[in-house]
Amino acid sequence: MSPEPERYEMLRDVADPVLTFTDVSKRFDDGTVALAGVDLRVASGEFVSVVGPSGCGKSTLLRIASGLSAASGGTALAHTDKLGYVFQDPTLLPWRTVQANVELFAELRGLPKDERRRRADDAIRLVGLGEFARHHPRALSGGMRMRVSLARSLTLQPELFLFDEPFGALDEITRERLNDELQQLFLTQRFTALFVTHSVTEAVFMSTRVVVMSSRPGEVLGDFPVPFEYPRPPRLRFEDDFAHVAGDVSACLRGQRRRAAQTPRNERPVGGIAHR
Amino acid sequence: MSVETDITGPNDATLPGSIPATPRLAPFGRRRRLSSWGPPLAVLLAVIGVWYGVSYLLLDDDRRFLLPPPHKVIQVGLLDRDNLVDLLDALWLSTRVAFVGLAAAIVIGMALAIAMSQRRWIEQSIYPYAVMTQTIPVLAMVPLFGLWFGYSFTSRTLVVVIFAIFPIVANTLFGLQSVQQEHHDLFTLHGANWFTRLRKLQFPAALPSIFTGLRIAAGLAVIGAIVGDFFFRQGEPGIGILIDRYQSRLQSEQMLAAIILSSLLGIIVFWFFGFLARRVVGSWHESAGGPGG
Repeated sequence: MSPEPERYEMLRDVADPVLTFTDVSKRFDDGTVALAGVDLRVASGEFVSVVGPSGCGKSTLLRIASGLSAASGGTALAHTDKLGYVFQDPTLLPWRTVQANVELFAELRGLPKDERRRRADDAIRLVGLGEFARHHPRALSGGMRMRVSLARSLTLQPELFLFDEPFGALDEITRERLNDELQQLFLTQRFTALFVTHSVTEAVFMSTRVVVMSSRPGEVLGDFPVPFEYPRPPRLRFEDDFAHVAGDVSACLRGQRRRAAQTPRNERPVGGIAHR
Repeated sequence: MSVETDITGPNDATLPGSIPATPRLAPFGRRRRLSSWGPPLAVLLAVIGVWYGVSYLLLDDDRRFLLPPPHKVIQVGLLDRDNLVDLLDALWLSTRVAFVGLAAAIVIGMALAIAMSQRRWIEQSIYPYAVMTQTIPVLAMVPLFGLWFGYSFTSRTLVVVIFAIFPIVANTLFGLQSVQQEHHDLFTLHGANWFTRLRKLQFPAALPSIFTGLRIAAGLAVIGAIVGDFFFRQGEPGIGILIDRYQSRLQSEQMLAAIILSSLLGIIVFWFFGFLARRVVGSWHESAGGPGG
């Protein structure tokens, strides 16, 4: 669990960029400015979380990255078209079984039946829902639906995975379990991730790097490398080093920029999370 | 209301303080059937009771023709061979009119709704006229159709189409437009064209409300078929013309039999579409349950 900041700095500077935002701004038709001059570079193999207050344009950032929306200014460039996109709502089609839902994207992309079946089987197994392949979504819990949503995107073997607060609507226990599972997928499936969340803990736990955005119009306030090795055990969330990083991130989020931890480490409450 | 929610009917009552004799779940299937058939059956018996009451207690012998008792209606209207043949012939004609008209209304109505869902300007140009089919007094126009198209099958079918088309257009359109933005985004992201989007996203999403529309339209189609030929008063007799004829001859038994048969036809088509809805969307949509479909 020793911090290794250099390693990730290196990764970020040297590796291939998957997503490059240069001075990206977004103004909606009604005059709302959602993003003001966002610079962001995501390199291959990174897991970058974006945290920021509600309405800071985090979702807009993802929509622009995916090409669903166009930037009003600056350039946004995704260097791959193999995109995964997961919303807070699992967005499953209720009339399709789990199997058919997972096959959907491959189907829309025109993959042959055998191939999409094989990929869906693999993806469903990967998220641990093998026994539920024939169920309809309404028979599943919120956490299971989210797993189906992940599996559906995995079938296309995305190089860049966009997550828009995927676990925001789940209870804490389910959320932490899915954090672990997603981390596992990140390690085995080797995608690059841009992960939007409200939770500093989740952001720090998952990511190689956390980007903090300001309230609207959103811009990048801070950029924090997270120096913990993968795989990260669940108890990492309660360790001092973790609290230290989380504390820096939440201080920045509160508009204080980067700062040193003010509380001596031995005085932090056990299991306390610094962003309170 | 779904049938499943009420598994304990009045016959489940146990004496206060007594222990239920059987475990609650054991006769589940039978009790559920009883509790869903029981109440409507009780209402039917009550209605028949009131009917007899009015017929025998309220009406004198010479005025009993106003409401002949139920057994007379069955005897004269349904068990008399000649009357029954007349009734069934007329019913068969009206049923055909209702079905052909309903089929036409479904095809035209859904095509319109699909076109309206694709382009905003199409919706804006057509919707007011779809609403008009509900607001113009169709009955007043029925004689006009007679003049224009004759009193045959075609103009009767046309009346049915006008009666039945609006709920199909409105409900199909509502369903097609009810798709979440995120679902649309996913289809956009994976390069779906409008037809794929319609076939794999909008249409299935619309099915529950399409069935709601179909059920309403089916009932209206039966009414349209009967009312249409009631007002034509010409041509081959459907059930409407027959009712008109019985009325003018004061044949109340036959008239009531005709009314009962045509009500049954309406109930059957309503039930049929409820059944179809449960078969098609029941596995994934909660609206498909409920008594009577």
